[in-house]
Formats: sequence, C-alpha cells, structure tokens
Amino acid sequence: MRVNLTVNGRPQQADDVWEGESLLYVLRERMGLPGSKNACEQGECGSCTVRLDGVPVCSCLVAAGQAEGREVVTVEGLAEFARRRAEGGAAPGARAGQSASLDAARRWQAGGTDSQTGEHIELAPIQQAFIDAGAVQCGFCTPGLLVAADEMLERHPDPSDEDVREALSGNLCRCTGYETIMDAVRLAAARRSEEARA
Amino acid sequence: MDFLRPADWEEALAAKAEHPTAVPIAGGTDVMVEINFGHRRPEYLMDLGRVGDLAEWEVGEDCVRLGAAVPYTRIMEHLSAELPGLALASHTVASPQIRNRGGVGGNLGTASPAGDAHPALLAAGAEVEAASVRGVRRIPIDAFYTGVKRNALEPDELIRAVHVAKADGPQQFSKVGTRNAMVIAVCAFGLALHPATRTVRTGIGSAAPTPVRAGAAEEFLNAVLEEGGLWENGKIVTPSAVKRFAELCAAACDPIDDVRGTADYRRHAVGVMARRTFTWTWESYRGARRTTEGAV
Repeated sequence: MRVNLTVNGRPQQADDVWEGESLLYVLRERMGLPGSKNACEQGECGSCTVRLDGVPVCSCLVAAGQAEGREVVTVEGLAEFARRRAEGGAAPGARAGQSASLDAARRWQAGGTDSQTGEHIELAPIQQAFIDAGAVQCGFCTPGLLVAADEMLERHPDPSDEDVREALSGNLCRCTGYETIMDAVRLAAARRSEEARA
Repeated sequence: MDFLRPADWEEALAAKAEHPTAVPIAGGTDVMVEINFGHRRPEYLMDLGRVGDLAEWEVGEDCVRLGAAVPYTRIMEHLSAELPGLALASHTVASPQIRNRGGVGGNLGTASPAGDAHPALLAAGAEVEAASVRGVRRIPIDAFYTGVKRNALEPDELIRAVHVAKADGPQQFSKVGTRNAMVIAVCAFGLALHPATRTVRTGIGSAAPTPVRAGAAEEFLNAVLEEGGLWENGKIVTPSAVKRFAELCAAACDPIDDVRGTADYRRHAVGVMARRTFTWTWESYRGARRTTEGAV
C-alpha cells in the first residue's frame, strides 16, 4: 500500500508498504532516516521515539498506515523544529512541523549524507547540551532521548528532577547510568531560562 | 494482510461485520508488538485512529463515558478527580510514549490478566459498551473477562467505550514490579470505597487467569463496616479485621509461577496491597468525614 505523511516538514510518500510494517521501518528503510533507532521493537527502550502530530511515541508501535496524513518529527528534523519553535514560527506541540516550507525542508536535507553529516549544522539546544554534558556514549539511545527530552522541555521549561525522570522513563540507556543525561537536560533548561532573562 | 481504514464508527462496524477476523488497532502498543515479533499475522488490520469519537470522553452526572481509545495520558491529566483509581493505574502503564498511544479499549480487547486498567475498572464498577451492526450492548465488567486473554466480545463486535461510575469515595491502586516504569505487573490491586452504597469493591490483576474481584473479602469487609456502623461513625477498622480482609484477598488469587514471580509471592503481595490500599482509603474517608463535620 501507499502511505503519505509529512516528515520533518516535508511531504513524503512510500510505496509498496507492507500492511503490518511499522512507522519506524518506513522512516529508516524507505525514507533513509536512520536516526530513529531500531532496538527492542516492543516499546520498551524508547530508542525509536519520534513525534507523531506533536506527541512522543514509539515509532516501532505505530503501524505505517496509521501515520497516513500525519506529521512526524524525527531526530533528523529536531534542530530545524527547535529553531522554528524558538522563532515562534510554529506553535509548539501538535502539528508544529506543518508550517515548514519546502525550502526549509530542502535546506535541511542538504545537510549531507556522508560521514561528516551534521557537522557545521546548528544543533537544537538539547543536542548541544547532550554534547556539552557528555551525555552521549555509544549514542544508540541518544536520538530517542533527544526527542523525548525536547518535548518535555517544551511542556516544562523549568523541570524538576522528577519531571525529567518521568519524561525519560521510557528511554533506556545502557552506558551512562543516566546521570549525565540528567545533567544535559538541566543544562538545556538552565541555558533557556538564562536566554529568556537576557 | 489487508489494512482497513474506516473513516467513522459506522464504517468500522460494517468492516468488522464483513471481516470478523479483522484485528482492531488503535494505539498499537499490544498489536504491533505481536506483529513485529511475527506472533500474529492477521488477515485484516483495522485502524481505528480515524474514528475520532473513540478518543473522546464525557463526564455525566454519575458516570464517565470513556472512549475506547482515550490515551492513558489523557486519563491521568483530565480524569483523576472522577476516576482516581483508573488515573493511578494509568500512571503505572509502561512509559510516557506508551501512555500517549494506549488506552483502556486495548487493555480490554487484549484482556491480559496483567492489564493495568482491569483492577481499577473492577473496583470502580464499569460497563463495557460493545457494538456491532446488530446493535449496542453493555457488558458488566465482572462478566467481561472469560479466560486468559479472552473476553465476552462476539466476533463482529468492537469496544466503543467504557462506562465507569464516578468516584463517590477514595480509591487506590497498587502494583508490584521490579521498577517504577516499563514494567508488567507481577500483581496489582485496585480498591474503591463506595460510601453511597456502603460497599467496598476490589480488583486483582496478574494473580489469576483473568482479572478478578475478591468477592468473599468484599462481603466480609462490608459486614464489618455495617455491623460497626463505621461508615457513619468513621471509626478505625480493627487490625484483626483488616488482616482477615487481606487474607481473603490473597485467597481470591489463583496465580501461577512464572518469570515475573511465584504463585506464593503473588498471593502474599496481593494480601499486603489489600491491607495497604484499604488502610489508605479508609484513613482518607475518615479524614474527609472529619473535615466535613468540622465545617458544619
């Protein structure tokens, strides 16, 4: 079957999609967006977390056909998504990616597909905070954590540790022991409130 | 496999009548796991995501009509006053990502004894609204679970909503697991005080082939509360009566040994949860009474 959806602000179409296929598979294998990771395939690990119409979900548990006509934001589009949100160009939350122009989508895509992908591209504040706090070790859980943490900060700009722990409770990390991840989220929140004061 | 996309409820019922083997999918948090692991290859997968009113709820005078696909996140955020037991249970479901997608209809459709919503629905008193092209019926929650992962639905029926009595007293939910998130219940316990009818209701999860009420325990406690005039005088329930209640709750279990825990452990834990949840709710009821009386 054919599935039409918007990914990171850009209309996308996938053909010959198997009816039982997950949104994660479509993103990774059909659209060349391997940022969302495939690990447990049962919603336990959160490494496939994306935003579906603004809501964080495990993309491995969304049937591709259920994403028909919907808006998806993956970690690949997070920097652009955060930039637009900061500029007030899109309402945070549901369907925020909708107003992304085709130009913006192309600009995002032009970021490169080689081993240098991502360099010289401005990161989302949460991404920069993860790097600065040393919250990335093997990196496998990172994309899901970034999407989940970014959404949490959208709802709770000044989160308590409980807010952070709860929001990230569906994302497993086997390397860090979570402390540096907590540091990263606190750092992102602190930078944001500093900016707001400035 | 065929992917059915009914645009509204009538289309969904017609599709289910035409293809009774069709597996409904809403949040997908159960169905997709089975498909991802190759445990299930349904002939038809029917996406209910387009049937908008399934994700809505109405708060009536005595009852909440909760759409089958209202995500647990919404229940926690919006219905904690009306359905406190179910809201607490919802908060223990898996993780935010799962709670954003999964809902009570899926718990009921899957009818796993470990479903987190069941003890709360049993304790609160609920009815499942099942519909088909033949009509609509309401199945009392006590009659809904018919076996391990089996329920009272006919092949052409879909769950549209669940009607849950609004809380008329304190409710509690307890769950045993190895951590606070992403955990399938080793066992779970729901308890609701119903001062309006002078009754206590319970629900036990993951400790029998189906979710069950502890009927004998409820009868015992109802008699203790009645005989002592405790609903009226708000006195404490004696520790020996609470202990007996807990023992009867444990006796209502019919658990198995499995990877998550032994039958003995489950029985013991259900007894502990029964004692704790009753003590919490009864103290809360007495506290509320005192506050009310103080105000008069």
